[in-house]
Amino acid sequence: MKFVRNVTSNEVGWREGDVELAIAHETIARWQFGITTVYHFLFVPLTISLAAIVAGLETAWVRTDKEKYFHATKFWGKLFLINIAMGVVTGIVQEFQFGMNWSDYSRFVGDVFGAPLAMEALIAFFFESTFIGLWIFGWDKLPRKLHCACMWMVALGTVLSAYFILAANSWMQHPVGYTIDPATGKAQLTDIAKVLFQDTTVTVVLHTLTAAFLTGAAFMVGIASFHLWKAKRKPESAAAAPAKVAVMRTSLRLGLVLAVVFGLGTALSGDSLAKVMFRQQPMKMAAAEALWDTKAPAPFSVFAVGDVSKGHNSVELEIPGILSFLANSDFSSSVPGINDTAQAEAAKYGGDPKDYIPSIFVTYWGFRLMIGFGMTSFVAGVIGLWTTRKKRFLAPEFRTGDTEVPRLMLTPKRELGPFLTKWSWRIGILTMGFPLIANSFGWIFTEMGRQPWAVFGLMTTASAVSPNVGIGTQIGALATFTSLYAVLAVVEVKLLVKYAKAGPVTDERPPTEDPTLRGPASGDDADKPLAFAY
Amino acid sequence: MELHDVWFVLIAVLWIGYFFLEGFDFGIGILTKPLARNTAERRVLINTIGPVWDGNEVWLLTAGGATFAAFPDWYATLFSGFYIPLLLILVCLIVRGVAFEYRAKRPEPRWQRNWEEAIFWTSLVPAFLWGVAFANIVRGVDIDAQKNYVGGFWDLLNPYALLGGLVTLSLFTFHGAVFAALKTVGDIRDRARAAALKAGLAAAALAAVFLIWTQADNGNGWSLAALVIAVLALVGALLANRAAREGWAFVLSGATIVAAVAMLFLALFPDVMPSTLNPEWSLTVTNAASSPYTLKLMTIVAAVFTPLVLLYQSWTYWVFRKRIGVQHIPGHDPAAALDQG
Repeated sequence: MKFVRNVTSNEVGWREGDVELAIAHETIARWQFGITTVYHFLFVPLTISLAAIVAGLETAWVRTDKEKYFHATKFWGKLFLINIAMGVVTGIVQEFQFGMNWSDYSRFVGDVFGAPLAMEALIAFFFESTFIGLWIFGWDKLPRKLHCACMWMVALGTVLSAYFILAANSWMQHPVGYTIDPATGKAQLTDIAKVLFQDTTVTVVLHTLTAAFLTGAAFMVGIASFHLWKAKRKPESAAAAPAKVAVMRTSLRLGLVLAVVFGLGTALSGDSLAKVMFRQQPMKMAAAEALWDTKAPAPFSVFAVGDVSKGHNSVELEIPGILSFLANSDFSSSVPGINDTAQAEAAKYGGDPKDYIPSIFVTYWGFRLMIGFGMTSFVAGVIGLWTTRKKRFLAPEFRTGDTEVPRLMLTPKRELGPFLTKWSWRIGILTMGFPLIANSFGWIFTEMGRQPWAVFGLMTTASAVSPNVGIGTQIGALATFTSLYAVLAVVEVKLLVKYAKAGPVTDERPPTEDPTLRGPASGDDADKPLAFAY
Repeated sequence: MELHDVWFVLIAVLWIGYFFLEGFDFGIGILTKPLARNTAERRVLINTIGPVWDGNEVWLLTAGGATFAAFPDWYATLFSGFYIPLLLILVCLIVRGVAFEYRAKRPEPRWQRNWEEAIFWTSLVPAFLWGVAFANIVRGVDIDAQKNYVGGFWDLLNPYALLGGLVTLSLFTFHGAVFAALKTVGDIRDRARAAALKAGLAAAALAAVFLIWTQADNGNGWSLAALVIAVLALVGALLANRAAREGWAFVLSGATIVAAVAMLFLALFPDVMPSTLNPEWSLTVTNAASSPYTLKLMTIVAAVFTPLVLLYQSWTYWVFRKRIGVQHIPGHDPAAALDQG
């Protein structure tokens, strides 16, 4: 394995032969990858979920002709477009930076890793980008059923896109379906089906997609809560805009249902993924738990302070047996600890066991924050779904109409008091971004937990960097992306807030005539303005 | 023809597709300054490519991804070697995409002006840099025995490459002006034809020198044939533009780009990135290629999905076939701007 440099050796093999410089190269490239990827992934889950949600809302409009669905489609569609613009452009960086910063990685894995990336572009990305153009500009050009189908195509494209990218990432986590070419020392693809359908890929896809929908759900609940809570406090202005309340009420309920379904899905798929990881990357999971020594039964750690140099935790609060259950579905089974796993990896790949231990602080807290933020949104969804329930479970005098703000009901006859009502709505608003935080920590955990490996067991991150890119260039690129992304974040968030606060434009009428592909529906008016223009 | 040769052709096709499509997108972006006289006209230009620019840009992503899969060493050497130009292109493409989507999202004139300014510069810079990059690929750069580019950023800005940049810049501007004439109605349509004449003459002069230089240094029989086609197509495009045959002018300006880019790839073959330090160190279709398994797999994927992409992208152009003019731009009433989700 030519490409695995001995991680403890002093000859890291840089041109200058300077270990410090080599580490700096790797560090800067990793910071760039981390910043650009976490940033990109703020937009990805919202894009995936909102595409399908908007497509669903438009389908509801096409099928029922109810205006509230039309307005909801337009409103969430607008927020979706503001979001996807950023997702698309930051995605280009992702494809380029493998070659720019990680050329030795690209040479080593290209034969395997390039295939899902190329498939993503050819199969998924074309789909998404072409049909989004049709959807944005096609309101007066396409028959409404076809227009709605375009959004479903976009939704399909985003899901396929995620699939291929996650298959590529899964191969880094758990390389399968390849052989190392003895002549070149590079990985070669032998079985694409294994790469696309291995259990790592399948579980991580389920986990990522369910989490994406939980993200979209919390986003919807947050914005709907904002509008409904405002309407509740100012009943006279709400009464003046019943259509707005109706859109937000529908959105709230839809968001809550999705939060519960996909919150549960995220937890279940996360459990399956953890079991796969316990098998494939025991170090990552031991690090996630700061479990220094192998234990049977192993406890689940709630709180700990680790000390890498000493190899144990100074403070710890744990629940007995739970970790054994999470790893093996058995409360008393043995779970390998960090020290034993590091010994085993050092014996297998050479070097000092210490070099195989990822940052325990980052993995341990990343894992906890991921679960904490994600599950808070799920629990909030469950509570919200119950308290805002409609007709059947409520006494008649507490029922609210479609254009009224729902009362928050504990039991069929008992409404929450003013304090709890206020805080329930506020929690709905405040937890809006929780899954986004959970997603970020999830990625930071899984990528940091794989270190020191770029491709687990095959190539270290240190040996993956471009050897010919100067440190000044790298720093320049990192500074450029960081500052550009910071500016764009401000622009994007301000725009989202502006449109989210404005709420649906309910005086807009849906088109009276269904356009045909032959030309404008009303025929003769050639100078009619476009339905949408940049 | 072996699989790696097939893939050389496919990569060439993807780049040709990218330059054909995003070529006029860049041209439109550049023309927002010299051609459009006011905000309404700038919006007319931007909206001619509104529904399609995003799909056009995916040709770049596909070219990049396909190079990664089919020629990993080509991808690694090119992207790490041309780091700074690619970084600049990335920054431009990021800002440009956001500019299109966000420009009309706020009514303030300053906000809109800033994004319009961004659209101009972020179209101009990549249109120039792609020419610089491709000229360097054909010319050859300092590649060492480990297949790494060891030259500096300034080495990429040699006269031949700078001329290549001016060729793509003028050619894309011409292509964009021809596209504008084809897609607009009213006063701007006539002025687009006049702009196309100017840009086309500049492109003809620059391209003739650049392509003959390329032919002299790296040419072969096939590249000469492509050169002749490129020149004839460009002359034809200029004549069609003069005769106000806008459809033909667009087909021929597109054919110019196709033939010119094809010529570069023909001059390159069988190398993919020649080394100026030692011909032994050049990256070729054989030593940079993936394994036969991967190439075969990707061939099947490309054979199935490329025609499909062409089909639905062509359909998009058909759906948005109508010419637009200032009368089609929704009102400038600031309150209404907020409603145009």
